[in-house]
Amino acid sequence: MKVTLFVTCLADHYFAQAAADSVRLLRRLGCEVHFPEAQSCCGQPAWNAGRNREARRMAEHTARVLADAEAVVVPSGSCAAMLKKSYPKLAVAGDGSLAELAAHTWELGEFIVHRLGVTELGNGLAGRRVAIHQGCHALRELRLETEPELLLRGAGAEIVPWEAQDECCGFGGLFAVKMGAVSAAMADRKLDTLPAVDWVVSGDGGCILQLDGRARMRRARIPFVHLATALWEGVSSLAASPEREN
Amino acid sequence: MRIEIGDYGARARQVIREDPQVREAVTGATLAFDAKRRRSYDEIDSDAWRRWAEAVKSHALTHLDRYLAEAEARLIENGAVVHWAADAGEARQIVMELAAENGVRRVVKGKSMVTEEIDLNPALEGAGIEIFETDLGEYILQLLDEPPSHILGPAIHRTLEQVRELFAERLETPPDGNPDTLARAARKVLRDAFLSAEMGITGGNFLVAETGTVALIENEGNIRLTTSLPRIHVAIVGIEKLLPRMSDLAGFLQLTSRAATGQPIGCFVSLIQGPAARPGDDGPKEVHVVLVDNGRTDVLAHEHAWEALRCVRCGACLNVCPVYRQTGGHAYGWVYSGPIGSVLDPGLLGLREAMPLPFASSLCGACFDACPVRIPIPELLLEWRREAQEEGLTPWRERAALTTLAQMATRPGLYRLAGRIGSRLGGSALGRALPMLGDWARERALPKPSERSFRELWREGIE
Ligand code: SF4
Repeated sequence: MKVTLFVTCLADHYFAQAAADSVRLLRRLGCEVHFPEAQSCCGQPAWNAGRNREARRMAEHTARVLADAEAVVVPSGSCAAMLKKSYPKLAVAGDGSLAELAAHTWELGEFIVHRLGVTELGNGLAGRRVAIHQGCHALRELRLETEPELLLRGAGAEIVPWEAQDECCGFGGLFAVKMGAVSAAMADRKLDTLPAVDWVVSGDGGCILQLDGRARMRRARIPFVHLATALWEGVSSLAASPEREN
Repeated sequence: MRIEIGDYGARARQVIREDPQVREAVTGATLAFDAKRRRSYDEIDSDAWRRWAEAVKSHALTHLDRYLAEAEARLIENGAVVHWAADAGEARQIVMELAAENGVRRVVKGKSMVTEEIDLNPALEGAGIEIFETDLGEYILQLLDEPPSHILGPAIHRTLEQVRELFAERLETPPDGNPDTLARAARKVLRDAFLSAEMGITGGNFLVAETGTVALIENEGNIRLTTSLPRIHVAIVGIEKLLPRMSDLAGFLQLTSRAATGQPIGCFVSLIQGPAARPGDDGPKEVHVVLVDNGRTDVLAHEHAWEALRCVRCGACLNVCPVYRQTGGHAYGWVYSGPIGSVLDPGLLGLREAMPLPFASSLCGACFDACPVRIPIPELLLEWRREAQEEGLTPWRERAALTTLAQMATRPGLYRLAGRIGSRLGGSALGRALPMLGDWARERALPKPSERSFRELWREGIE
């Protein structure tokens, strides 16, 4: 199956390895991965700030760049939600390209579970204790409530319940800089309730930046891992994994 | 209540840094409320209930003229006196005149946000009238001279310890008094007040047009007494509180209770149906209903914000809100705080006055899932943000940064170049575009860019 990676500006610059792991994972699951290099930012910072004109410019640029894609995969729930839920609202009358793009865009975990139909990823993460941070947009806009857990379990990990699992990390883009103290207190609530685990996994780089930045300021070292990296590590650690179908 | 919204950011920071007990108390209490709400929603088909409630309220709001007229006619038939108040000043005036005409010296009050909204207490006190807030939380705040911090649990930001100290000092309870002892002490003071007050003032959760019924939900019984013991009962009700039919009320009493406290229904429900019919009957001799606009018709006329008028003031959105939990309500600077405050205040007060509340949200969306009348709070926040941008109410630095970002993002060559330069300098394209890393770094360690961008990895070939 042919997929086009929309890497997101954040992953491009801050989570390059996780983005590369997304490519590896998708290939291992039988996909042919494309990456149109003219892609950039999805426009969410502008959209969330209420600057629709700028957001629309970026959305239209993205739709042009991804025009030929059959399936667009995004290793970020937040940016995937922007493409899937907000782009259609930005479309000027008569332009169907944004709605069309929205219709065949997938968040990475969503794509693996619902498009590829895969939840069994071997047992490579056996013995690994993992807490999951549910990004808000994946959880409440895309309603991806169980997908990360399904996949991590499917790769053999043990999921450790986290009281604040589905609470916001406090990032919210511009919110984190405009309302810095509140945003930091929100991160503190997440960090203060975190159980002892080997990894804290999230499908959203933005949340990891926020939580990791706050943790490091508090001089705590917490092993945050992007979902793509976690899954790839599980899959690739399986010695001589049998050929998968799909 | 004085409007001090403009300093939201500074006040929030101050509360978090200097009064950590507030964060602790509010977080603990809202988590408990929210857990009850969730459990209670799970017992019913909450999705279906919420859609129904949304439809009923939207219908009432889009036919408000008709239902207001109907409600007025029924209220008058029931023997109540109906007053119309266009704004806070008129509402105060109406109550003040009623108090003066009847020689009122003492007022007992049930918890009511609209009386906070119209600044009623200071006006009455100015006329030498003694006021007793009879909701326990409100009573605590009255002793502390503080405004409510939550729609439902007004003293949510205070710990038991603090209330103990306060009561020991003011009501001479033992310094280690348990909550029962404290409540008993308050009850003693309030009983006397109930028996001697000439006027009882309440809000109203709902006003049923079909029957002219003012409905009030509570758990302490103080509203029951406020509406039945004094000679005069004044219910101050926002015009958005209308429900078309009595049968709607049955559903709303239950859904509101579930959303607010997780109860199937509140412990006391009072249905006010006019004054005592005959001399010697129980109940007030006079019932007055003051219908308050105070900005609501402006909100109703707004293309998007009108949906916020569906609000039944259950507080569920506050309880689930991770932003509200860090500070409680005072930081927001006006009566209505939390998610609903951030979308309602701009409508009631005007956007300029309510800045920066539309930006006081990470847009996590939890409020929408909790709201019993499905107010699309995140979408309304975005709508207000758009208006704020159009009216130039946001800092120019932000506007410039976002324009720069859009320019870079739509020019692939420039975007790549900025990315490369940014990474070399230890920043990033995004970081450079948004000259706000300093603000980020005040609360967090700086993010570490990847050594090489994904783009570069891709070009080299990913194995
Ligand atoms: S907005 Fe919804 S959840 Fe919030 S107080 Fe109003 S009715 Fe309750």
